[in-house]
Amino acid sequence: MKPFTLTRAESVEAAVRDFTGYQEAAFIGGGTNILDLMKENVAEPTHLIGLNKLPLNKIEATADGGLRLGATATNADTAWNPEVQQRYPLLSQAILAGASPQLRNMATNGGNLMQRTRCYYFYDTATPCNKREPGSGCAAIGGYNRIHAILGASDKCIATHPSDMCVALAALEAVVHVRSKDGERQIKFEDFHRLPGDEPQRDNTLEPGELIVALELPKQGFAKNFSYLKLRDRQSYAFALVSVAVGLELEGSTIKTARLALGGVAHKPWRDQDAEALLEGQPATEETFKKAADKVLKGAKGQGINDFKIELAKRAIVRALKQAAAGEHKAADIFTNSNP
Amino acid sequence: MSTVSTPSSADGQLRPPVPTAPVTLRINGETHTLDLAPWTSLLDALREYAGLTGTKKGCDHGQCGACTVLVDGKRINSCLTLAVLQEGADITTIEGLGSEHQLHPLQQAFIDHDAFQCGYCTPGQICSAQGLINEGKAHSEDEIRELMSGNICRCGAYVGILAAVKEVVDAKTASKQ
Repeated sequence: MKPFTLTRAESVEAAVRDFTGYQEAAFIGGGTNILDLMKENVAEPTHLIGLNKLPLNKIEATADGGLRLGATATNADTAWNPEVQQRYPLLSQAILAGASPQLRNMATNGGNLMQRTRCYYFYDTATPCNKREPGSGCAAIGGYNRIHAILGASDKCIATHPSDMCVALAALEAVVHVRSKDGERQIKFEDFHRLPGDEPQRDNTLEPGELIVALELPKQGFAKNFSYLKLRDRQSYAFALVSVAVGLELEGSTIKTARLALGGVAHKPWRDQDAEALLEGQPATEETFKKAADKVLKGAKGQGINDFKIELAKRAIVRALKQAAAGEHKAADIFTNSNP
Repeated sequence: MSTVSTPSSADGQLRPPVPTAPVTLRINGETHTLDLAPWTSLLDALREYAGLTGTKKGCDHGQCGACTVLVDGKRINSCLTLAVLQEGADITTIEGLGSEHQLHPLQQAFIDHDAFQCGYCTPGQICSAQGLINEGKAHSEDEIRELMSGNICRCGAYVGILAAVKEVVDAKTASKQ
């Protein structure tokens, strides 16, 4: 790890002001990802601004019937929060499907959005990586790419975003509240993370020095018909090969509203609004679900070793939609279906 | 950055001065004031500066759980937080749970159920299990397996670990009824 200085911010204003005073400053929430990256010399900030004293750890109702999740509330406190469990069980179960209890006790909501890819080559400073070192090349293309993207990748980068929580947030249409020295702005969740294109070093649309202060969930939580289905190489404590977040609103057996987002397949949580439109107004049958799955994977491109993920994703979408339509998961369930 | 110290090294070579500052940590009910660089992890502070070597360094990347300690009653990986960020918190390590003369119920259960072979992951397993009990979410074997998945045992003593944790969880549940 490279040497750095550290301050613990006492207020949001102080945190964003402090950022501007250093060449390579970074915010540290729970630290579970940035410290790991610093130990590998992938991240090399010269100054850290500690956020764990900030009053941003509350979870509270909003005026229009939604819920505001503080940026420094931990993933564990969010997942086990009674309001989240009852009204947004999709989010609760997605969070609990990720990482380990110890990591969830430290990791923050803002930090979950900011975590970086777990591409092996991104972590390995002995290999080229356009995300870590722009212009150096991509060792995953033509390399061992089992965990890599099948949608929205570029010839510069085929990394995936590793979060489970963010897949649910995409399906729930969360809004990200950020603060900088110039004030506050809101970013729609689908606009927060970006595709790699020619600038894979940029994971998201935040400007330097902008700090996430809260995530806002709209009123509709899909608590009755939802599913978070995560497929991985071992049953617990592993990143998704493919995950699917579904929220449905049914009228009888007809789909009134559909939300569908995938994890483990792209540089960002992959929400497909065309597939959602295709589901809406249709009967909740396997035939409908298959059409939606084909739509999502229409432009998919395997990298060789990860070709299997295309068929896996199609089947996962159909299964998750079935589970959601059947109301198989209950808000009270503490764990996701661990035997997919 | 109030003091500058030169750490001793095994090879006798002088190292560049490292900027340190006093950091006050409350560990197992005692206050420790340690001179630490900002990049010292809580794990290194416990082992190398506070002399509490019960907490183990396994992967140092938050993947194995050997370094698990309790901070304000919640289990965390001590390798993935900086000591300076834990000033003001109540830290409990394996040394604070039980002693040679008075074993913690989890320590006794690990012995009774043969829940270790080499023992390197055990302090982390036990601190993690205490965190699991504090959380109160896991009751069935499947739930305990899931909520103990952040602790890896390379000897594969999982059958015994599960039995040991289950016994203490059940006793706790029974005593509440």
